[in-house]
Amino acid sequence: MKNVLNIVYLIPLLPLIGFLINGLGRKHLSKGLIGIIGSGTVLASFLISVWVFMQVKGGNTYVADYFNFINVGALSIPFAFQIDQLSSIFLLIITGVGFLIHVYSTSYMHEEKTEHFGRYFAYLNLFVFSMLLLVMGANYVIMFIGWEGVGLCSYLLIGYWFKNTEYNKAANKAFIMNRIGDLAFLIAIFWIISKAGNVNYGDVFAFAQGNKFTATDITTITILLFIGATGKSAQIPLYTWLPDAMAGPTPVSALIHAATMVTAGIYMIARSNILYSLSPVTLNIIAIVGLATALLAATIAMKQNDIKKVLAYSTVSQLGYMFLALGTGSYVAAVFHVMTHAFFKALLFLGSGSVIHAMGGQQDIRKMGGLNKYMKITNATFLIGCLAIAGIPGLSGFFSKDEILAGAFSQKPFGIVLYIIGLGTALLTAFYMFRLYATTFRGNFRGTHDQEHHLHESPAAITIPLIVLAILSIIGGYVGVPEFILHGAHSLKDFLAPVFAGSYQVFEAQGISHEVDHSTEWILTGVSTALILIVVVFAWNKFSKKPDTEDAAGFGKVLANKWYVDELYEKIIVRPMNGLGTFLNNVFEKSVVDGIVNGVGRLVNYSSRQLRLLQSGQVGSYVLLMVVSMLLFFVFQFFLRK
Amino acid sequence: MIPVLLIAIPLVTGLAAFFSRNEKLVRSWALFSSILTLAISILGLTIFSDAKYLEHHSAWMSTLGSSFSVKLDGMGQILCLLTAIAFPLIFISTWHSSYKKANNFFALMLLSQAGLMGVFLAMDALLFYFFWELALIPVYFLCSQWGGEKRIAVTFKFFIYTFVGSLLMLIGILYVYAHSQDHSFSIESFYKAGAALGHKEQTWLFWLFFVAFAIKMPIFPFHTWQPDTYEQSPTATTMVLSGVMVKMGLLGLIRWLLPVLPVAAYSWGNMASGMAVTGMIYASLIAIRQNDIKRLVAYSSIAHIGLMCIAVFSENKLALQGVMIQMFNHGINIIGLWIVIELIERQFGTRKLSELGGLAQKAPAMAILFVIIALANIALPLTNAFVGEFLMFSGIFGSNDITEYNILFTVLAGLCIILAAIYTLNMIRKIFYGDTVALTANVQDVKLSEKLALGIIVVLIFWMGVYPQAVLNITNDISDSILKLSDVHPMLKK
Repeated sequence: MKNVLNIVYLIPLLPLIGFLINGLGRKHLSKGLIGIIGSGTVLASFLISVWVFMQVKGGNTYVADYFNFINVGALSIPFAFQIDQLSSIFLLIITGVGFLIHVYSTSYMHEEKTEHFGRYFAYLNLFVFSMLLLVMGANYVIMFIGWEGVGLCSYLLIGYWFKNTEYNKAANKAFIMNRIGDLAFLIAIFWIISKAGNVNYGDVFAFAQGNKFTATDITTITILLFIGATGKSAQIPLYTWLPDAMAGPTPVSALIHAATMVTAGIYMIARSNILYSLSPVTLNIIAIVGLATALLAATIAMKQNDIKKVLAYSTVSQLGYMFLALGTGSYVAAVFHVMTHAFFKALLFLGSGSVIHAMGGQQDIRKMGGLNKYMKITNATFLIGCLAIAGIPGLSGFFSKDEILAGAFSQKPFGIVLYIIGLGTALLTAFYMFRLYATTFRGNFRGTHDQEHHLHESPAAITIPLIVLAILSIIGGYVGVPEFILHGAHSLKDFLAPVFAGSYQVFEAQGISHEVDHSTEWILTGVSTALILIVVVFAWNKFSKKPDTEDAAGFGKVLANKWYVDELYEKIIVRPMNGLGTFLNNVFEKSVVDGIVNGVGRLVNYSSRQLRLLQSGQVGSYVLLMVVSMLLFFVFQFFLRK
Repeated sequence: MIPVLLIAIPLVTGLAAFFSRNEKLVRSWALFSSILTLAISILGLTIFSDAKYLEHHSAWMSTLGSSFSVKLDGMGQILCLLTAIAFPLIFISTWHSSYKKANNFFALMLLSQAGLMGVFLAMDALLFYFFWELALIPVYFLCSQWGGEKRIAVTFKFFIYTFVGSLLMLIGILYVYAHSQDHSFSIESFYKAGAALGHKEQTWLFWLFFVAFAIKMPIFPFHTWQPDTYEQSPTATTMVLSGVMVKMGLLGLIRWLLPVLPVAAYSWGNMASGMAVTGMIYASLIAIRQNDIKRLVAYSSIAHIGLMCIAVFSENKLALQGVMIQMFNHGINIIGLWIVIELIERQFGTRKLSELGGLAQKAPAMAILFVIIALANIALPLTNAFVGEFLMFSGIFGSNDITEYNILFTVLAGLCIILAAIYTLNMIRKIFYGDTVALTANVQDVKLSEKLALGIIVVLIFWMGVYPQAVLNITNDISDSILKLSDVHPMLKK
């Protein structure tokens, strides 16, 4: 026990040191050194995380208390880390996938000037540091520090190419939309403080389990926390920043906007699972919002032609899936999907980066095609990613997706509705992913001759991470083989059991069961698998032969334009706010507020003109004279009359 | 001894500065004086932190019942430290700015520092008033002599505004004095006399004092002098005004209003907070539409100060401690912003966002330092302002027995967190990002002196953001005693 506490602080500290070295030394270090420092610190954190993972396997929870961050009156907020099963899983994902992406970046970002190369790695390390704080914090305030920290890094990395105004605007949008969620998160923290007097997980959850929160309290707190999660994890209504965030370098999209940061909302709710289990209303809201987001984003993804945009909407959609799992009380399934999604989505993004690299910056899939002939490894690994996300049996996505759908099905009384919409979304996913795959890698090349000439497989620093992630995308699901296939093979569930023990008790007391009998599950799985396979074959055939190269029309145009949600927000929020600001500045401030003040001033001026008949002078000098004489009087009193 | 030195050093060195004609000499002299003051202030926090060094009482107009009583309590420590840090920072960062009649300029700056110290230290109402004016007058001359084009009209307005406030306060002081048992201006007599007044008397006195302090902070709708004055003043003076001088109003609320008129503060606090929260949203919305950087920061400051005002009236330990630390943090951060703005204005002769852009390419150090300070200003965690805002918000929210409007105030004030992100990020984007324009193509990065000043600020930002406990401990006792004095519950029980 002691050993764990003695060393865990190194996990976030190492990337922080990497950030400082690369940030301050970016003009003096060589690219090689910057890459080694950036990747090396994260690798070291990963190794420690593996060791920590071994320590918590037995079901232990460690809390390391470092110092008092804020201690005022009765409120004490320690700077403390909590290491348990949930945080250790996230530690592995963050540092493991993070390390691969760092390695990938050393090659992908090689064209950048050394100074900016250093800046990039500094940001990346700072991100890993913040994300680690987020999942390691032992209370909501430390989580919030990491929470805003990752938002900051996301902002910095989206706007990494800061000469481009559009990118900067996308960065601002991401930060501001996240802040809307953050405000809700903050208010939830204040609410917890004012009721429970404390923000430590242990104390707050014990307080909740003792039923000391009123029903209103717990519902409001959980909803506010969830609003916070919709910002960070890109759910309705705060999801529109994520597709725009693709302005950042592609490895950043893989690390921050697919594998780790955007899953912070899932982590937060899984961490607070006991609060949510006690508030069925909030769970229902989460399930509905998650499912709606999954479906909405999937429809949009069908008509996108930018390779990264398709993946971005796919991420939004998959995050919606995770929220569906949370909302239906299948917390393990949500964490499971976070993990598998981290593998295959990071793989897909990195693969798209490899493609973009080979295409000389081109991101429009209509101008690609037939890349399988030129990029064997990228093609094979990308295909594995697509198969995994589509939920083809045997690959990781199958297991986690299946568990989510089964969990949704078990809901009473509307489980069947959730299941059908969830399955529909899965079919859409299979469709757009294979539309993407076939359009990009199959058929004939549609780019320029110049581009064709340059097509090449990427170097090892890029392909090795792809291969590792592809392997993980295949085998990652076997930690959660469902009960109906093999009894007792869901090791992830057993591993996480201590974290969700409280919730299981609550569900039991409420008489809620997430069990579906095995024969039904066989049928559900069989049906969904068959349908998905049909869609995959259909989309593969359709788009390898005749890619979707024309501009969308009719309903397709609505989808291509993302249901016009951005335009709607612009109309109902941004413009009225700017208009109000302009009105207040140009009219109200000048005419009303200052008008009254100046009116009083003029009155004084007028009186002074009358007074001038008696004495010559101006108000200013009178007032001045008066004050000066008063001062002299005091000084005289103090110094001379003593 | 310490408090007397804190006032005397800037006063004497300031007066002496009038007599030199040598700009370099007087500049060094001012810097030397301000560093000396800083050293004294730090000594007061460390080696000489024993109570006996921190008070001084001597006779002064004893026939009137007034004495020269100065004392460093926790709040005084923090605010004097802020003042003591602010002036060296200002002098270092404006080292390359040149002023005509530099001797007068630096003399007046030091005199205003003496006045500020006095305001933060005075434990006698009349003395407080005296220093209040002493701090104001040099600033008036600084603006009117060294300001921008519209300086005469603007400083006139500023002066009348604050002077009206001072007069209202003077009336209030005299009234409470007249009702004190022992006919004394001492703070203890004021606490006794004020609390003994009836609700009606307290009410109108409350508004006299509140308006006086509200003008200084400023609180909507008494704020219109502020953006104009910040815009027109020489930046060094704007730093004094916005970084330190606005804290006079907050100190007034905490030390001279809450405990003196507890019943009225209890019953009218919500009204005052309502004004402040209106002003926060109002100012934030206007800030979004500003094209002039100075005005943008001026309006954002109204929003930040408004939050502190609400926190004071929530009469709650968390909120009050938040205000204490935030008074310091706000001063540090806003001075940092002004330093960069001054740098930009000096180089390009403009403060218009629409005329700038792309500075990050050739002036990365300036960009990084500015971004850190600006993000601290919008309370990003692990920076100083987060601690203050977090405590204030949780105090405002959790103070359910003082105001029933806690949720409303929290949510409305919370909206300003979002609005602050909007205008701050837009400002950063328009100044530093994008491509360079003709004007900014040959930008010079920060020089050593500015780098030093900004570096100190950044260190303070992280220090206070990661380990705020050191400051919170300093102000702990005074917060408790203020809250005890202004607690109306025992009185209601009677």
